[in-house]
Amino acid sequence: MSLKSSLQACLLCVGLFAAQWVFAQDRTISGKVLDSRSGNGLSGASVTGTTSKVGAKTDASGSFKLTVRATDKSLTISSVGYTTQVVSIEGTDQVQVTLAAVTGDLGEVVLIGYGSARKKDLTGAVATVGVKDFAKGPLTSPEQLINGKVAGVQITAPSGAPGAGGRIRVRGTSSLSGSNDPLVIIDGVPFDQQGGIAGSANPLNMINPNDIETFTVLKDASATAIYGNRATNGVILITTKKGKAGKLKVSFSTQNSYSVVGDKVDVLTADEFRTVVNAKGNATQKTLLGAANTNWQDLIYQGAIMSDNTIALTGGINNLPYRFSVGYLNQNGVLKTGNMNRISTSLNLNPKFLNNNLKVDFNVKTTATKNKFANEGAIGAAAFFDPTQIVNRNDNRFGGYWEWLANNNQPDGLAPKNPLGLLNLREDNSNVMRYITNLQLDYSIPQVPGLRANLNVGLDYAKGEGTVFIPDSAAMTYIRGGVNNQYDNTKTNKLLDFYLNYTRDIKSISGRLEVMGGYGYQDFQRKATNYADYRANGTEFSPAAPFPFDVQNTLVSFYGRTNLTVKGKYLLTATVRRDGSSRFSPDQRWGLFPSAAFAWNVSDESFLKNSKVISNLKLRLGYGTTGQQEIGNDYAYIANYTLGTQTAQYQFGNTFYPVQRPVGYDANIKWETTTTYNAGIDFGIGNGRVTGSLDYYFKDTRDLLSFIDVPAGTNFTNRIYTNVGDMTNRGVELQINTNLVKTKKLNWDFGFNVTYNTNEITKLTKVDDPTFIGVATGGISGGVGNTIQIHSVGYRPSSFFVLQQVYNAEGKPVEGLYVDRNKDGLINNLDYYRYQSPEPNWIIGATTSATYGNWSFSTVVRANIGNYMYNNVFSGSGTFQPNSQLFLGNVHRNYLETGFAVPQYFSDYYVDNASFVRMDNFTIGYDFGKAVKGISNLRANASVQNAFVITKYQGLDPEIAGGIDNNFYPRPRIFTLGFNVEF
Amino acid sequence: MRNTLKWLGLSMITVVSFVSCTKDLDRTPKYGNTAASLYVNLDGYRSVLAKVYSGLTLTGNSGPDGQGDIAGIDEGFSSYIRQYWSAQELTTDEAVIGWNDATIKDFHNLAWSPADVFVRALYSRIFFQITLANEFIRESAPAKLAERNLSGADATEIGYMRAEARFLRALSYYHAMDLFGNVPFVTEGDNVGSFLPTQISRANLFTYVENELKAIETELKDARTNQYGRADKAAAWALLSRLYLNAEVYTGTPKYGDCITYCNKVTAVTGYTLATNYRNLFLADNNNTGAGEFIFAVNFDGNKSRTWGGTTFLCHAPVGGSMQASDHGLDFGWGGIRTTKEFVSKLPDVLDSRRNFYTNGQNLEINDISEFSNGYAVIKFRNKTSTGGSGSNPTWVDTDFPMFRLAEVYLNYAEAALRGGTGGNTTTALNYVNALRTRAYGNASGNVNSAQLTVPFMLDERARELYWEGVRRTDLIRYGQFTEGTYLWAWKGGIQAGRSVANTRKLFPIPSADLVANPNLTQNAGY
Repeated sequence: MSLKSSLQACLLCVGLFAAQWVFAQDRTISGKVLDSRSGNGLSGASVTGTTSKVGAKTDASGSFKLTVRATDKSLTISSVGYTTQVVSIEGTDQVQVTLAAVTGDLGEVVLIGYGSARKKDLTGAVATVGVKDFAKGPLTSPEQLINGKVAGVQITAPSGAPGAGGRIRVRGTSSLSGSNDPLVIIDGVPFDQQGGIAGSANPLNMINPNDIETFTVLKDASATAIYGNRATNGVILITTKKGKAGKLKVSFSTQNSYSVVGDKVDVLTADEFRTVVNAKGNATQKTLLGAANTNWQDLIYQGAIMSDNTIALTGGINNLPYRFSVGYLNQNGVLKTGNMNRISTSLNLNPKFLNNNLKVDFNVKTTATKNKFANEGAIGAAAFFDPTQIVNRNDNRFGGYWEWLANNNQPDGLAPKNPLGLLNLREDNSNVMRYITNLQLDYSIPQVPGLRANLNVGLDYAKGEGTVFIPDSAAMTYIRGGVNNQYDNTKTNKLLDFYLNYTRDIKSISGRLEVMGGYGYQDFQRKATNYADYRANGTEFSPAAPFPFDVQNTLVSFYGRTNLTVKGKYLLTATVRRDGSSRFSPDQRWGLFPSAAFAWNVSDESFLKNSKVISNLKLRLGYGTTGQQEIGNDYAYIANYTLGTQTAQYQFGNTFYPVQRPVGYDANIKWETTTTYNAGIDFGIGNGRVTGSLDYYFKDTRDLLSFIDVPAGTNFTNRIYTNVGDMTNRGVELQINTNLVKTKKLNWDFGFNVTYNTNEITKLTKVDDPTFIGVATGGISGGVGNTIQIHSVGYRPSSFFVLQQVYNAEGKPVEGLYVDRNKDGLINNLDYYRYQSPEPNWIIGATTSATYGNWSFSTVVRANIGNYMYNNVFSGSGTFQPNSQLFLGNVHRNYLETGFAVPQYFSDYYVDNASFVRMDNFTIGYDFGKAVKGISNLRANASVQNAFVITKYQGLDPEIAGGIDNNFYPRPRIFTLGFNVEF
Repeated sequence: MRNTLKWLGLSMITVVSFVSCTKDLDRTPKYGNTAASLYVNLDGYRSVLAKVYSGLTLTGNSGPDGQGDIAGIDEGFSSYIRQYWSAQELTTDEAVIGWNDATIKDFHNLAWSPADVFVRALYSRIFFQITLANEFIRESAPAKLAERNLSGADATEIGYMRAEARFLRALSYYHAMDLFGNVPFVTEGDNVGSFLPTQISRANLFTYVENELKAIETELKDARTNQYGRADKAAAWALLSRLYLNAEVYTGTPKYGDCITYCNKVTAVTGYTLATNYRNLFLADNNNTGAGEFIFAVNFDGNKSRTWGGTTFLCHAPVGGSMQASDHGLDFGWGGIRTTKEFVSKLPDVLDSRRNFYTNGQNLEINDISEFSNGYAVIKFRNKTSTGGSGSNPTWVDTDFPMFRLAEVYLNYAEAALRGGTGGNTTTALNYVNALRTRAYGNASGNVNSAQLTVPFMLDERARELYWEGVRRTDLIRYGQFTEGTYLWAWKGGIQAGRSVANTRKLFPIPSADLVANPNLTQNAGY
């Protein structure tokens, strides 16, 4: 059945529910429910006839109208986070009720999978960060809003490239070959986990961070298992800002910043390089030296301006609350020629109908991004291009850039190219459009109090297209005659989710039962046109592939959850999801993912209830299984043949014939399964001045997809993704939020989180074999096919696999001399050992914010401890030796320390401790209030992003995802001045 | 009650419609074929046969790279010819390579390990080829043809193709036997999927290859009647002659007489002649210049059959230093391969056209293997045509790689005869050798006499004639000079003066990856 017809079926259901509301009326009561804290109207409170159970919800202003039956003598008015009240309606048609908020944060409502829950009722490990706690500053990618704020969540800051995104890891990595990215769900629409679209630097940057209201991170399986076979890497729920009824409010925010590159790669100066070549080089090399003093790195970087502006309108037209925003971001790269500009819009309508029983939430988000990608090849080229050479030729060949020439007077194919030529002669532009829209209908069925039906239909469509042009004169593609190419691709992600939720108080146990059951359908289509590869003059260099890229995968799911609350303090949650994925064969495609959790609100027990010290204490225990079906191939189980390209034909006689290749496959491939155990304590001390939680988790991943060798002769490839491995992750997370000072003038909050995580591969092969060294990974630059990391049983994934360097008496590494670790008298592959891991053991985040009068101040400091980095810049360019090549390349200053002639890629000398402390941002703000007539509020802020890094790591930056440092786009320091105005 | 029924009905409709959505889980590739849609006609069969042949030359379904057949190695390195060549030549006096790619220098150092990425790539490539051939053989069985209503001329042609696939499988098993000895054994009777092949001994594999080649002797097209690039009876005979020449190495029992028998079958074919110019045999248009001499060549083309391996590698990698890439029809040289002075000394005579070294700026001595100027550069495979033009593309070359050519059959015959093979005639042997030398010198000035024609002489003559064509390691092993101290060359065993290594190095190890994947396998001795 198609999405459309299922949609119709569901709309039909909803329509039928709606048709029933008119029955059995008697008289109409109207009134208003107020919040005891603010005195304002309380929206979304439920108002029911105490006897008949007919009900309604209050609107945005707290008003309600309810048609009750003759039997109803009173109304029961309740809202999550408030004490329920019963008011008499005898002799009146008008009531006004003030609901008392439950003290502390216990009333906070937290988003969970397919619904929400009071924080007090949570049984799983869930963390929420709301807009007031978001990191400040010019953040182009949403995940940066919560960087350093949530225990167990590691967000590697993005590189300095415009629009680049960070890498998110929730509770470590649990897949070797599949995806380790969490499932990201925006307003109920799960993103395609296969990642971005060609032409976009990062899939998340399609969302304007200014439109985001909350981030909720579901960490343990009892919270995530409701997302079944996509949940192993955690789930991040993002909600965007909603419309609020009332008068039109306009807010405008502008952040204007200036980025500068701090340190650059520490290479030799022109004079130093001349000295080295004259001392160590051969005659040819000496003649190649130039007389110039060129600092190539200074020439490719610039101070870059960024401006990020958002205007948002909120208000209500009659009963239609809306929010509409437009954002405009324009960011130049610190690497010259790079630019991203993004226009984003976001519209939210959230009206309520049918006595507030039908809540509608409609979102349309669009972004149009234009990228000019700078040629990042210039970064490494600039670092190591011969500093003794001039920048420009005195003629127009090669775009006027000085280049190394071979003896045929053409650019030398093996030589590095002029960095400015690389940068200025490559035009790489893209346009990316994305629309995400969803309509969510939530209907409280009046005939059955406590029953809700929820339908969410969504569409996420992205289209990226771009062109690359390099003139035929440019040295980088001189031999092939330049480049004149285009590409385009689309992604379509369709969603239908429907669930019923039934809540009922059970008096006999002073508790409550909530049952939810639903169905989900999601379909992903990815397409790309195949274009030929053209030279600059438009002639074909390589023909297009025979077929366009066109793949599709579908997920069908059934899910359910039961929450049972006993005496308000014993909480039980059980969830189950049955997931079907088109990526697996009919025999393998269905999986069952259950979870169960128990929580005990200890502080509600009589012995603690009146404690002055402990305001909250909750114990949580959770267990669940989740899956990971992002295996990178949509059809991995199917036997089929693929047609070769026109450049991969075979000649019989004088004719070339296309080839058909049977494709390697694993008919039994399936998802990876992770079982998570979680034990946690939530606590609050001193009337909520200190709150926090401590969690211990253990994740056991089975059927790990590993790209392993098949027995030779048994498949149409030598390696295949198959479910063979096991891995464990374990860790402890501590999160503490405190209010240090709270006086009339000064408020000072401090948050701190620390995560310890370690993981170990426990199995990698079908048949246990202790002699198996592991699966090589972590390709490096230098030679072809060299790798520096390994997945081995008994070690952390991607451990460095290196030779142990021998040092002389002065502590200098001795070239080519390594420890004979197995003592067989030879230094060979058997002497490699596993040394450290690129992932930190400890991740620490500290945030603080303070307001003093009109001044405010906030900062985020993060630290990673125990992460190591392979310095490929040192190993690849820290050597010099005479050679017969007709070009020179500068060397890293590290060469002066080692004096290595021949690259020693596999020496552990190059694996460095990259633990670091980084101040992500530092912001000072001033609140002018109603300083100017017509402005209801004006705030100004000044901030520094990436203020400082403390590390012993000798390379440019210790924070690089994957742990291999090789010509990384430097993270600039960003100075920002911003204003927020509300009208 | 009415309400209940309505609810029930609604729930039913909802459930039924949701369940039917599960049909959407049957997603299949939108482009591509299954066996049922592909093997419907001759074209379908031919396209798979083309894939089997191209397994020897290309690295994947996208030229030059992008959809590799073999994983775990840079695609360019995964080429059959490139890895086979590396195993057969870099391990010998004929070639050294300067690059820093993973363990590539371990070939020349005779120091590879079972985990060696290149050894594994070679092994994986050989078995990929065998698996491909098995698939074709399985799908082209007479019963399958009948099932698919293929008959008449098409069925006959598919029958020839099937014999060719068996030849290609035998060729790869021959390589597996020569390089690895005792290997897993799979035939068309083994289906694709999860099973553990059993190991076959080197001697038994010898018998299998021998029997297969003899069985298809009658099923292949007659010599020189098939299309260029496709195997015929002579290809099977040439392989049998090489197999028998080395039989003692493989089984302990010499079979020089059988070698002579199969050499004679080749030389009896009308039409095989030595090309007039030795150097033209390795040029971009060698499909024409070598047509009379090539018994079986694998084909490359700069525009239609692109790879970073094969002859693209053999043409680019030896160009470096002060050599002009354009002189060789190339965009630029890769500056990697040279040769040792021991090999240079085999070709002392400048009148011998087979001597073609580039010496300008090159040292004869190799003090540093990494440095291109150490060791003479070798000019053999080139992307120029016999008329002085360039190949169709300066990046990917047109030059075909001769797997078997008449000259080798002459040399096989001569050596087998000198070693006393039944039916051998030393006069014929002398004539064959002098035919090659006359071609090399352009006249009879370089001819040898029967006293000079000895068994040891044949090893050197084979080096002179067949260097860089992928037979050197096999030849040195047959002569007991590969691992032994009887013949040392620069950096043999990893030291400049050369040294002997363990005799177990005559076989490559079964890659540890396959030992892990397949517990039925036992590692070769010494690893």
